[in-house]
Amino acid sequence: MPSIEVKNLSLSFGAVNVLNAMNIEVEDGEFLVLLGPSGCGKSTLLNCLAGLLDVSDGQVWIKGRNVTWEEPKDRGIGMVFQSYALYPQMSVRGNLSFGLKNARLGKAEIESRIARAAEILQIEPLLDRKPGALSGGQRQRVAIGRALVRDVDVFLFDEPLSNLDAKLRSELRVEIKRLHQKLRNTMVYVTHDQIEALTLADRIAVMRGGIIQQLDNPKTIYNKPANLFVAGFIGSPAMSMLEGVGAEGGVQIGDLHVPLAGYDGGQVLQGQKVVLGVRPEHVEVGPEGAGLPAIVDIDEPMGSDSLLWLTMAGQQISVRIGADVRFTPGQAVGLRFDIAKSSVFDVESEERI
Amino acid sequence: MGELAPGTMTGPRGPKPRKRLSARNIMLYGTLIVAALYYLLPLYVMVVTSLKGMPEIRLGNVFAPPLEITFEPWVKAWSSACTGLTCEGLSSGFWNSVQILIPSVVVSIAIASVNGYALANWKFRGSEMFFTILLFGAFIPYQVMIYPIVIILRELGLFSSLGGLVLVHTIFGMPILTLLFRNYFASLPEELFKAARVDGAGFWGIFFKVMMPMSLPIFVVAIILQVTGIWNDFLFGVIYAGTQNYPMTVQLNNIVNSVQGVKEYNVNMAATILTGLVPLVVYFVSGKLFVRGIAAGAVKG
Ligand SMILES: Nc1ncnc2c1ncn2[C@@H]1O[C@H](COP(=O)(O)OP(=O)(O)OP(=O)(O)O)[C@@H](O)[C@H]1O
Ligand SMILES: [Mg+2]
Repeated sequence: MPSIEVKNLSLSFGAVNVLNAMNIEVEDGEFLVLLGPSGCGKSTLLNCLAGLLDVSDGQVWIKGRNVTWEEPKDRGIGMVFQSYALYPQMSVRGNLSFGLKNARLGKAEIESRIARAAEILQIEPLLDRKPGALSGGQRQRVAIGRALVRDVDVFLFDEPLSNLDAKLRSELRVEIKRLHQKLRNTMVYVTHDQIEALTLADRIAVMRGGIIQQLDNPKTIYNKPANLFVAGFIGSPAMSMLEGVGAEGGVQIGDLHVPLAGYDGGQVLQGQKVVLGVRPEHVEVGPEGAGLPAIVDIDEPMGSDSLLWLTMAGQQISVRIGADVRFTPGQAVGLRFDIAKSSVFDVESEERI
Repeated sequence: MGELAPGTMTGPRGPKPRKRLSARNIMLYGTLIVAALYYLLPLYVMVVTSLKGMPEIRLGNVFAPPLEITFEPWVKAWSSACTGLTCEGLSSGFWNSVQILIPSVVVSIAIASVNGYALANWKFRGSEMFFTILLFGAFIPYQVMIYPIVIILRELGLFSSLGGLVLVHTIFGMPILTLLFRNYFASLPEELFKAARVDGAGFWGIFFKVMMPMSLPIFVVAIILQVTGIWNDFLFGVIYAGTQNYPMTVQLNNIVNSVQGVKEYNVNMAATILTGLVPLVVYFVSGKLFVRGIAAGAVKG
């Protein structure tokens, strides 16, 4: 039985459709990440799951129960917000116990739940402080604790790390992953940081304009993006997009013929307008004459490796190379594509072929 | 700071240099002093006059300090000056005003805060419309409504009673107070409200346990607005309260404007100061919170 089922969910604010007929199933214990650009409806979807927004159409099922019209507290969810949303006048203990008191749990039960959450999140020394006297990372930990004490199967996170600095963010990211491995509950996690998405998720739902573009595991999303949008959105530096036309056994890009032998996908028709998408790490740079001819534009060292920008058949392409190989601008080289890991998109439909 | 090893600081040292007598400061303080004098002078004249006997006042030296200080006018203003038919001073008016003030302030703020909270956080169909209509109420001139309200109160059996006046004050305070509270609650982070809902708090639970504890400044602002507004009210008091319930302001008017006998300027001044004392005290006690609350409410519309 799926933990969360979203059936045909739509939501509009007045005339604006923010969510369009969404269908998602989240397995029990799965970590689902909602990823997409700002304003694509990620928070809105999460609020619908939590019951904080009334849906216009469709249903939400949690744990086999139709909860579309139930109150947030009755849905068996815990939620963590971007701004922490801790009650400023209550101590950390008060923040953790607020929901439990509302649920009229016994004193002993409340105490033991707080103790357990505090231990897991290592916030025991902070229990009697006010949120104002905590650092950002500590606050977010308390906010996670508030979801934890509710003892629920479904956690909803709305960009929980985006208010933290880079170092803390990566620390807490690991901690959330560890928490998930320990508790094995279902998590729905909103972010627009693709690193977070790729590292945390069992599956990623890439959204745009209230429509799910692709819902799959991180590897598939990365290697076989379903369409041009996903291809461009995932990956940094971005995938190189080379425009061309379908030709005998390959793609004609300018005056170059790129064979598609070993391509993991459908058949490219002759004369079909296509885009060949190649990730920077799936290109090999060799000496001139070996492979497709290209000219080096810029060599960008980035610490552990470098990024090489080249012109091939009049189009730009970026390649990731080892940090110790150096090229000079204007140098002629040969490129070899790893076609098995590349993608070809139809220009018309923008879908992967 | 003191722990720094000598020589670690290379920049300039010492306190930040300040020019005390810059042209800007002279302008600034000059303007402030002039403004302060402008407002303090009448108060000075009032206090001085209220401490003089009538013969001394007849000499006509308005600004001169009293040669012989007497508290007689104050006593008379409080307990024996004639306010219309009776001659009991302002004391009965004071207690009437207190009786009007406390329920009016408490009831109007209680209702308006819940109104504002509901309008900010529990949007319902037509809530914006409701708010617009309520705001519109703030712009309708009082005069238009005086007579209709007389009739309404008469039908309710509340005309010429404290209860009726409390009702009128509560209703007339509603638009501006609701606006104040709504804007304040709308400026609080929305996620806090959502978190409380996930935590299972209901309408009242969120209001009392989450919103109210964060709203002290705006409650202080509302209290100040209402206390001064209702205490200073004359029009509603004279129309709706009935003679036996006249608030202090109405009795003050009766003392000052009495046509019988000589004008006792010293008693008039003392009575005026006595009447103005309550708002004055409220301002002094809560001035800081007032500014903070006004600023807080102004952030978001
Ligand atoms: N109360 C509202 N009334 C009208 N439109 C709204 C409302 N709330 C959100 N929207 C619109 O819905 C769209 C989706 O908003 P949402 O907050 O879900 O985006 P998001 O994907 O979470 O973006 P971000 O990454 O910036 O948080 C936006 O275009 C936003 O303008
Ligand atoms: Mg969002």
